Amino acid sequence: MAVENSPLPTRAAQVAAEADRREIRGRWLLASPALLIILFAAIGPLFIVLVYSFLTPGDYGGVVWKPSGQAWFQVLFEKDIFDDTTTFADAHLSILWRSVKLSLLTTLAALAFGFPTAYFIATRPEKSRDIWLFLITIPFWTNLLIRTFAVQEVIRNEGILNTALIKLGIISSPIQIMFTDVAIMLGMLYVYLPLMVLPLYASMEKLDFRLVEAGYDLYANRFQVLRRVIIPLVKPGIIAGSILVFIPSLGAYVTPRVLGGGKNMMLGNLIELQFGQGRNWPLGAALSITLMAIVMVALMVYVRYAGRSETRHG
Amino acid sequence: MADASLRNARSVPGPAGARKGATFSVRRQTGFGGIALFCFVLLYLPIATLVVYSFNAGNSLAIWEGFSWRWYVAAWNNQQIVETSIRSFVIASFAAVVSTTVATMAALATTRTRPYRGLNFIYGFINQPLMVPEIVTGIALLIFFAMVKVWTGYTGLGYLIAAHTAFCIPFAYLPIRARLENMDLTLERAAADLYATPWMTFRKVTLPLLWPGIIAGLMLAFVVSLDDVVITELVKSGGQDTLPTYMLGQLRRVVTPEINAISSVFLLISVVIVTLFFFLNRKRT
Repeated sequence: MAVENSPLPTRAAQVAAEADRREIRGRWLLASPALLIILFAAIGPLFIVLVYSFLTPGDYGGVVWKPSGQAWFQVLFEKDIFDDTTTFADAHLSILWRSVKLSLLTTLAALAFGFPTAYFIATRPEKSRDIWLFLITIPFWTNLLIRTFAVQEVIRNEGILNTALIKLGIISSPIQIMFTDVAIMLGMLYVYLPLMVLPLYASMEKLDFRLVEAGYDLYANRFQVLRRVIIPLVKPGIIAGSILVFIPSLGAYVTPRVLGGGKNMMLGNLIELQFGQGRNWPLGAALSITLMAIVMVALMVYVRYAGRSETRHG
Repeated sequence: MADASLRNARSVPGPAGARKGATFSVRRQTGFGGIALFCFVLLYLPIATLVVYSFNAGNSLAIWEGFSWRWYVAAWNNQQIVETSIRSFVIASFAAVVSTTVATMAALATTRTRPYRGLNFIYGFINQPLMVPEIVTGIALLIFFAMVKVWTGYTGLGYLIAAHTAFCIPFAYLPIRARLENMDLTLERAAADLYATPWMTFRKVTLPLLWPGIIAGLMLAFVVSLDDVVITELVKSGGQDTLPTYMLGQLRRVVTPEINAISSVFLLISVVIVTLFFFLNRKRT
């Protein structure tokens, strides 16, 4: 039994360790094509964006390779071209504020609609749950542009909403919804609602209804049970869903462009503008990094409050 | 205790007992069913409108003038629509096949193993495209590919295919990994016991069991690539419009029910693929 001294098990241990190393090397090798593609066509370019945010804009787009903090200055401030005074960049700040505001409102609205919907699906008999879930998934996999376009068809001045309201005699002239912040919010709510329902459902499906029953036994009413038992138990799903709705809303590009028109821009449109007509690539890069930073903060909140165990539902 | 179990027994059918005032069910929350059904109606109302008006005989998107196929015929005869559709299809096919292949390899590398150093790193790396807003990825690729274009002079479809492949990888990876994690290891051990080489075991045992996951991943990647607007819009060179970017451009001009017709066809393709995906996934359990 003196394992340490006999040469044979040591040799076996060596062989085992060697096999282990070989296995891990093999696994890295298997993963490497995927890692390389993502490195070159997703992660790597992000570093170039970071570098570009510290360069000087070229005259016709592009950059001049001269270090400059100008772009970062321009994110928040602007210099008057006549008297050189520095003021806050109102346009940027209002777009930033609109992006955060509309994303938060969209997330809250999605939660208000998504929570009951997910609860409804989770309390169906097991056989029909899949069908309800499937009905949620179908619009989600439908082209985003087409869904946004479909929303436009409903809320346009001549759209079915206004037509119906006029025919019913509720209003006499159409309500202008298109090209307002409300239109953007409605569009994002429509487009991202499934992203709220799916993680909420994943949490609720595992809900132990014996705890709910215990709540009733202790004389709680429905509202108290919801607030004190159900919501705390499905909190990871609430956080995951909120993050999943908030992040794409914040970076939304298509929905504000189609429903908000030229004036009601969001951060995504402002970024694109700097690379197009604006011809200020460093500013666009700095705005992209700003957007990424807000997303990172949101993700950190998620990791902090939802915990690791729930990440797989995202 | 007896009271509790009685109530429990009554609440077992749950939804059946959820009719108003019928019996008490612990699962029921007042008003939730109504909101849920309202949500389902809202989700389908815009899409349904879109499809219905694609059959409108008139030029209007709002006034119904009778049933007609004319906008489908118009779309079919529109050279640009045909061209961009083919381009979309080519890009999505390449991106789906490549991303699914590398995602399958990555899934094999990251499942059914004891934790090794770098495993979490690989997970994070592969799921990264899901965590960055599309507009930022698009801008990053715009800058990077602009540099590459200057260096190499190449301006083909390769950039779009590479970009699509990268963001499709996590979508292909997730269902394949899920399938692998649920798979029984004993069959592979049995094969090894019967002197199958690792490659033979993979081909004769693992791969056939993994097929539904791979097909599911392939279909998801295909749909995701087909649907992409933002990254394509930023990465494409001149004359490389895909169907979604072409439609985005059209939306700024006069919109005719032709757009409805293309959307409806597009919708049908997505629905068919997702439905197949759904049934493929259901068979697993």
